Amino acid sequence: MGLMERFFGFSWGVHPEDHKRPAADVPARHMPMPEHLYISLAQHLGAPALPAALVGQRVRKGELLAHPQGPVSAAIHAPTSGVIVAIGEIPAPHPSGLPVLAVTLAADGLDAWTDLEPCADPFALDPEEINHRVAQAGVVGMGGATFPSALKLSGSKKAGVATLILNGGECEPYLSCDDRLMRDAAADIVDGIRIMLHATGAREALVGIEENKPEAILSMREAAAAFGEVRVCPVPARYPMGSEKQLALVLTGKEIPAGRLPADIGVVVHNVGTAKAVSEAIRLGRPLITRLLTVNGSMVNAPGNILAPVGALVEDVLRFAGGLAGTPTRLVMGGPMMGLSLPHPRVPVVKGTSGILALSAAEAAESAPAPCIRCASCVRACPVGLLPLEMARHIAAEDLEGAVDLGLKDCIACGCCAYVCPARIPLVQYFGHAKGSLAAEERARMRTEATRKMAEARKTRLEAEAREKAEAAARRKAERAAKAALEKAKAEAEAASSQTASQDAPQTTPQAAQTEGSSAS
Amino acid sequence: MSAFLLLLISTALVNNVVLVQFLGLCPAMGVSRKLDSALGMGMATTFVLTLAAAASWMLEHWLLVPFRLEFLRILTFILVIASVVQFTEMFIRKMSPLLYQSLGIYLPLITTNCAVLGIALLNAQREYGFFWSLAYAFGSALGFTLVLMIFAGLRERIALSRVPAAFAGAPIAFITISLLALAFMGFAGLNVQG
Amino acid sequence: MTAAVLSLTLLGLTLGLLLGIAGKRLAVEDNADVAEIEALLPGTNCGQCGYPGCAGAAAAIAEGAAAVTCCPPGGKAVAAAIAEKLGVCVDLSGMAGSEPQLALVAEDLCVGCCRCIRSCPTDAILGAPKQIHNVLKEACTGCAACIDECPTEAIQMAPVPVTLAHWVMPRPAPA
Repeated sequence: MGLMERFFGFSWGVHPEDHKRPAADVPARHMPMPEHLYISLAQHLGAPALPAALVGQRVRKGELLAHPQGPVSAAIHAPTSGVIVAIGEIPAPHPSGLPVLAVTLAADGLDAWTDLEPCADPFALDPEEINHRVAQAGVVGMGGATFPSALKLSGSKKAGVATLILNGGECEPYLSCDDRLMRDAAADIVDGIRIMLHATGAREALVGIEENKPEAILSMREAAAAFGEVRVCPVPARYPMGSEKQLALVLTGKEIPAGRLPADIGVVVHNVGTAKAVSEAIRLGRPLITRLLTVNGSMVNAPGNILAPVGALVEDVLRFAGGLAGTPTRLVMGGPMMGLSLPHPRVPVVKGTSGILALSAAEAAESAPAPCIRCASCVRACPVGLLPLEMARHIAAEDLEGAVDLGLKDCIACGCCAYVCPARIPLVQYFGHAKGSLAAEERARMRTEATRKMAEARKTRLEAEAREKAEAAARRKAERAAKAALEKAKAEAEAASSQTASQDAPQTTPQAAQTEGSSAS
Repeated sequence: MSAFLLLLISTALVNNVVLVQFLGLCPAMGVSRKLDSALGMGMATTFVLTLAAAASWMLEHWLLVPFRLEFLRILTFILVIASVVQFTEMFIRKMSPLLYQSLGIYLPLITTNCAVLGIALLNAQREYGFFWSLAYAFGSALGFTLVLMIFAGLRERIALSRVPAAFAGAPIAFITISLLALAFMGFAGLNVQG
Repeated sequence: MTAAVLSLTLLGLTLGLLLGIAGKRLAVEDNADVAEIEALLPGTNCGQCGYPGCAGAAAAIAEGAAAVTCCPPGGKAVAAAIAEKLGVCVDLSGMAGSEPQLALVAEDLCVGCCRCIRSCPTDAILGAPKQIHNVLKEACTGCAACIDECPTEAIQMAPVPVTLAHWVMPRPAPA
């Protein structure tokens, strides 16, 4: 923490109206199983999962639907029992509305569990076994980044992480699913934290909870009272406190350097929802197939938190939540600051869906951007200390290199800059565009590299073929020559036998046969 | 010593070669798109200018004046300058191919850079001594580099701004450099003597 | 008069000699550039640039006869890499029209003649005699070398489809 922050409080971030209540205070509701579930195969960071089930196959709840594919990927399981009716493309929960591969499951209404592998004493398990079981359960980060948790656990073990930070910040306005989870399932979360401590070898766990959630702090403190290694630390309510870099800074006083991982300063950050998922995966053997999500926004009739199966359509979730009061100006998956704007509600809930917001025109506050007046409000708001206005200028002039020099890669896309901008410039969109373009350039570069390799492989193949052809031709030529020699020898022998006495003739033939044999080899 | 310093300041700022004497405008407009190449051009010109001033002083005092050949001044000076530029080009090409590429056509054009010939002729006209000539050339080159870099910095920022279509490109650059010239006129009030 | 002629001649000779020596001492071999540019090009020798193979294109670019943007399969990325190597500024926005393409085989027209397979510089076309051919999306560079080979015009070029992984957020309209 810098001197200025020590004396004058935080200079970064913003303090938006949080809109969390009354939705946070309503008890969580269980959504009944819809008739059809659309389980996306790209619910996590990394490569999409590889389908393991077949169309027409009958699966039970919790059965594996898709294998992880590649080093960074996660398994996907059936959220209920039923029949797989299709494996094909459906609209992805993404602003582009592009298709994504998904398994469509028709629920049979029985909701019958498959055979699970519970564990009574997780602390007797080897850390590697815990990682394996977490990976088997397809647990990913529940905060929204959806990084496969098993990888994070094994990585922290390797890096020798000393402190486990639990992110209960939930700084995004409107969202309250983590708050609700901490109030209702504090014991499970603390259990999950202790399992994660065991798996990573970390000594202590700090649970960072924003001060605007007093009930959650109380409930977590009670649950953690018996365990000295788990400490609950209230943190100031300030957006983006739930970003791992900011939370780590506030809780440990150490800043994660640019381009480095939290493990480099000896910490690892997990969401509280992930802790609960880990506890369930280890204690009960249950894979990650449901999640608590917040349905909120002024267009929602009955805002609240809903336990929904992964794969349920946003449309169905909204209907269960009491329906909409009208057509929302903007439908958002996730929080209003960093969430994804959805083109329509016929997209499925995924593991990383923390909320569904139906915002009215007043809440969406869309307005045409005005020219930048260089007031530098965005510079003050940026939690990473960048110059958003300068970066956007470079990107607008298509100078991506210049934007990277100004630290584009450290941008966490929190949206503080766009939130405070008096000219309503869509700064985050500029940065999103630039990051996407840079990734595309990198892909093109790798493609050229691959093309060169393929062209070289073809060249060596053609050369090898030509060589083989030449060798075969030479061989045939040799064979022909040997044959000709043989015929010649035969003819000579015949001529000789016809001329001289018949006793010499039988000896020449085996000799000729021998020469033929040696030339062919 | 202070006289030398004064000469440097007055040549670099008060009588700036580009903005006050209007010499060397061609590279000032041509190689001022990027700060890096502007610095490279400035350094190359400094090198050439100083070397050419020294060479032309020697020519003037050891060849032209003794043999009463002053009418050959422009011819011989151009010859020397062209050779120095050629040498600089070879040198840069060997040492920094990247700078060589970024200077491009403007490197050989230093030959016809009126600042180089102008300074050499002014030195001869004002009958400066050897070290005064060197200081005068070096100061002018410093002024040239300074203006080139200020202008390149401005142009880099202009490239990021949205300029009205009618002014985009060269027009806005001309407007900028005229404003810069106006600003440099302010140095005329600098009392260098006092 | 004699003095003038003599001094100018002497001066010219001396400077010429000095430059000649400097030229020998500071000579640079030009071919380094060509080899480096060739390493940046895709190396498929598809011929879309109009030069005989990537080596020819590299030589042309090094001489300045060809633009750095002359390689369509390489696209913006290759153009930018070459421009950086040569230290030249180049306007790449004009290349937006030449977005990456893929070859697609129309299955109802393909007669399985294998001609396209032989022409493909990256072995991206699969097939056997009298079997319908197909293009490996991952290996096709969009060089269009196969188009003219097909006797039934079964191969067409199509833009690379945008997928979720390749999607780029659009740039906001300026204020």
